[in-house]
Amino acid sequence: MNGAQDMGGKHGFGPVTPEPNEPVFHGDWEKRAFALTLAMGMPGGWNIDMSRFARENRPPAEYLSMSYYQIWFAALEQMIKERGLASGDEIEAGHSLRPAKPVKRVLSPADVAKTLHRGGPTERDTNTKAEFKPGDRVRAKNINPPTHTRLPAYVRGHVGTIERVLGCHVFPDSNATGAGENPQWLYTVRFDGRELWGANGDPTTKVSVDAWEPYLERA
Amino acid sequence: MSGHDHDHDHDHHHHDHDHSELSETQLRVRALETVLTEKGYVDPAALDLLIETYEKKVGPRNGARVVAKAWADPAYRARLMKDATPAIAEIGYAGRQGEHIVALENTPKLHNMVVCTLCSCYPWPVLGLPPVWYKSAPYRSRAVADPRGVLADFGMSLPKDTEIRIWDSTAEIRYLVIPMRPAGTEGWSEEKLADLVTRDSMIGTGLPKSPKDLK
Repeated sequence: MNGAQDMGGKHGFGPVTPEPNEPVFHGDWEKRAFALTLAMGMPGGWNIDMSRFARENRPPAEYLSMSYYQIWFAALEQMIKERGLASGDEIEAGHSLRPAKPVKRVLSPADVAKTLHRGGPTERDTNTKAEFKPGDRVRAKNINPPTHTRLPAYVRGHVGTIERVLGCHVFPDSNATGAGENPQWLYTVRFDGRELWGANGDPTTKVSVDAWEPYLERA
Repeated sequence: MSGHDHDHDHDHHHHDHDHSELSETQLRVRALETVLTEKGYVDPAALDLLIETYEKKVGPRNGARVVAKAWADPAYRARLMKDATPAIAEIGYAGRQGEHIVALENTPKLHNMVVCTLCSCYPWPVLGLPPVWYKSAPYRSRAVADPRGVLADFGMSLPKDTEIRIWDSTAEIRYLVIPMRPAGTEGWSEEKLADLVTRDSMIGTGLPKSPKDLK
């Protein structure tokens, strides 16, 4: 979706302001919101692309006014409600008011380390052949889906060079809508700064994105 | 609505004026945790462990060990550059948000810098959780269009003829920058070298410390 999350090249946000000796979390609620988000993936049954869409799919003014963990928490709350795992009145009351919905698995303390260590690899076996090889010139398609996509607006319509073939990976545009993993070949595509930003671009800069084959056409 | 949209202080620098809004978020997070715990969807002891893992165990010290080993051991460096995920797993770091890692080597002619313009993708097993600035609009918007300007925000300036290469983490590939080894560190142990490696130098928004910084 062309939402506020797609920030590459936007102006007006001011300088980057690193915080000296920044703590991992700012306050207890960030810790809990973070841990709840990780732990609920298992009983919730959603995937990372659904989570990302739940985070970005909000009015731009709202997205931009929230801290990152506020966005995570809002998305978590929304996914929990949408799947009927808990309701708004229960969250308002701060207590469960109805029986739990049966869930497949809950993250136990004994499983935390191995679950994190396993992670969620996205590379998949395939019988298909990669359409592009390193050195090929490709154009990022001009696509504007209202659903989740990982092709940033700033590269759409621009021509770049295939730099690496990264294997066949879960396709977020499908996975986010529940349409399945639909694995697709993934490439690192390198663009010249001037190609992306015209005369305002820095000629000593190159920018790459990782783009799935359906995002690309031969140039 | 979920009471999340009142905090206009998204860079987290000044919390004093929005104390009540933050309290609202705090209360709502607590309420949700209680509901989910009562329903048996989450075990609070597992939540504590998740927090402890990323507060105490997983952080940029991990990545610093990888970089130091690459500096000290040419055979390791070759394995890391060829296929970083198994090379990093050799020293025990793997998993969530680091399932597919690519190492990027800085040279006198090439400087690498990593961003996620679409969200906050970051190599957790080697760098821990991202700092607020990495997830912030100023960094995500400008890194791809004005990297020299961003580096200036970090007090960093590169020669005009150095190519700057920005890696936008738009898929599940996570990038780790291997900065150049500082001069004057010949013969140093991996442990001592690791003390020079800063988090920002592994993102590309900083340089490693020099030997005199350790004194």
